[in-house]
Amino acid sequence: MILIAAMSLPFLSKIPIDLPPIVSVELIQITDKTNIPFAPKAKKIIEKVKKKEKLVSEQAPPKVVKKEKPDAVPLPDENIEKVKKQEDKKQNPEKIDTEVKQVSEFEKQELFDPNNIAALIDKSKEETAETKYKTDKVTQDQEKSVDMLGLSLSEEDALKAQIFGCWSIPLGLPYNENLLVRIKLRLKPDGSVIRSEILDHARMNKPGQGFYKVLAESALRAIQLCQPLRVPTTGYERWKDLQLNFDAREMLGG
Amino acid sequence: MKFRYIFLLIVLLPIKAFALIEVDITRGNLSPLPIAVSPLSIDEESKENFRMILKKKNIGSEISKIVENNLKQSGLFNPLNKDAFLQKPEIANLKPRFEDWALIKAQALVTGKVTSVDDKLRVEFRLWDVLAGKEMMALAFTTVPTNWRRVGHIITDKVYERLTGEKGYFDTRIIYVAEEGPKTNRIKKLAIMDQDGFNTKYLTLGNELVLTPRFSPTNQMVTYLSYFRNLPRVYLLDIETGVQEVVGDFAGMTFAPRFSPDGKKIIMSFAMDGNSDIYTMDLENRLVERITNHPSIDTSPSYSPNGKYICFNSDRSGYQQIYVMKSDGTNVKRISYGKGLYGTPVWSPRGDLIAFTKLHKGKFFIGVMRIDGKGERLLTENFYQEAPSWSPNGRVLIFYRETKTDAKGEGFSAKLWSIDLTGYNERLVETESDASDPSWSALLSN
Repeated sequence: MILIAAMSLPFLSKIPIDLPPIVSVELIQITDKTNIPFAPKAKKIIEKVKKKEKLVSEQAPPKVVKKEKPDAVPLPDENIEKVKKQEDKKQNPEKIDTEVKQVSEFEKQELFDPNNIAALIDKSKEETAETKYKTDKVTQDQEKSVDMLGLSLSEEDALKAQIFGCWSIPLGLPYNENLLVRIKLRLKPDGSVIRSEILDHARMNKPGQGFYKVLAESALRAIQLCQPLRVPTTGYERWKDLQLNFDAREMLGG
Repeated sequence: MKFRYIFLLIVLLPIKAFALIEVDITRGNLSPLPIAVSPLSIDEESKENFRMILKKKNIGSEISKIVENNLKQSGLFNPLNKDAFLQKPEIANLKPRFEDWALIKAQALVTGKVTSVDDKLRVEFRLWDVLAGKEMMALAFTTVPTNWRRVGHIITDKVYERLTGEKGYFDTRIIYVAEEGPKTNRIKKLAIMDQDGFNTKYLTLGNELVLTPRFSPTNQMVTYLSYFRNLPRVYLLDIETGVQEVVGDFAGMTFAPRFSPDGKKIIMSFAMDGNSDIYTMDLENRLVERITNHPSIDTSPSYSPNGKYICFNSDRSGYQQIYVMKSDGTNVKRISYGKGLYGTPVWSPRGDLIAFTKLHKGKFFIGVMRIDGKGERLLTENFYQEAPSWSPNGRVLIFYRETKTDAKGEGFSAKLWSIDLTGYNERLVETESDASDPSWSALLSN
């Protein structure tokens, strides 16, 4: 009884993790947002064009433009949707989106990515560090506590270093605003991303939050570019769910 | 009873549970974003039509070159070499094969199409997020064919805004003083060009000396100073219509007229009886109001974007320094305390910074400081440079730089340069002749 209680004590002290339903990145409807006309005038033109069924192949041209100044008219996506359907049958290129390409282990070993040399070096460092750690006669209880706490410092540093290199910070963002983007990931054992979810997703499409949207998109691009993420080789259960907090204030404030 | 519940809870819950691991990403790379600008596709008929009108072989490629050049000049983007593109423009425009673009390390992609509709130029373009495989933006423009360069600039503005989060500055113009001839006998004309150095037009003939042209922040009006029979006159010039009018003849020296943020007033300094103070003039009723009244030399006034404050330079402390006051002239406060002399303060359109010229140990610096005078950053240093002017988005400064004359009195030149707030992206702005005193316009299209 005491043993069971002692082993579960850390759990009692913490609030049970409430995992919100994970939303796929696919659900970020950027296209829908950009379809909102920039000006009321443009909106009227679009609606007019939509009413005309004949213009299926045309991409919403304003028919009569008196002004010499160019008018910005958002394009409808009808044609693009059509093309999507056709291409889906052949190549289905969009499905690479958040899921990892199905590359076999054999193929993986053969692939040599010069960009990952740093990763390989770092991992070798970690491995030597791990061996050293084990030879230092760390007890099983201590190992367990590391497991329960999260990533070790070196593991966290390796992951951070990888993402630092992938994240192109949008330099136009104001440094004095609340620009923290929290992204929750579900990872595969090899570090590739199964799902990603922006925790403050509602902010993305709120009026006046254009900066947040730009930052969130840059963070998602960084994750896509970096994957597979440089995660520890062991303890998958520990880090399969990971939250990355992208905070650009330090960089933009300088 | 209570213990029984606790026991059950302990037994039923899993032995091992993990807290969600959080990793803070506080750094990123500031290298330019790799972007692919695919040439805009064009059908043969439209191509031929525009070749006749514009004398351009392929207007689609020409427009994409403008976009590419603008993005490169900004320093925030790295447009990829077109030779590496795997997908043809006409196919990429319909549906990009994202794997192909990711292969060449592009993170964003611009595609588009040009067509001729009733002899008008119709341009569609789309911006794609290559890594997410998603469309980020789609727009179409219809205009007269001669506006093709502007279309390129507008596309760049939209792409820039979507990817950086701030408005662009590419569909803008720069007015400056074009200079020719030896240093001792310069002919100075008023000239205007697109921000990328194209479409230069001369607005005056060079008979009279012209100085300090300044764009209105709200429209295409310009104010400048010109000497008529050795008397300074402040002029107003409408760039759209070419209509010019004299605001007034002023006794004594007049310096640096500049518009208020709403474009309804001009602020400038007059020198009378050896004392220079700051005045405003209402452009509707031409009433002049004195703002400062101090025995020192007060010059170079510039309004804050909200119109509530004015920054200017003054030697009231003994040396030329930058001061800020309320727009009615009260609450004057010195903000610059660094070593050297400070001049030509200009308030950023964003409102957060003041750009200035600094002279220290015989060298000229262009720098920025916060509006309380803190956080001074010197962006560039040279033998002689001054008169910074902000891009409408407050990210880039344009200024002019002069070179030394040699022993024979030759080798003098004056050129326009730009630098962004990082201080790394310094570029020569190409002009047809020597140039000084630049001023950046507001965005032509919003």
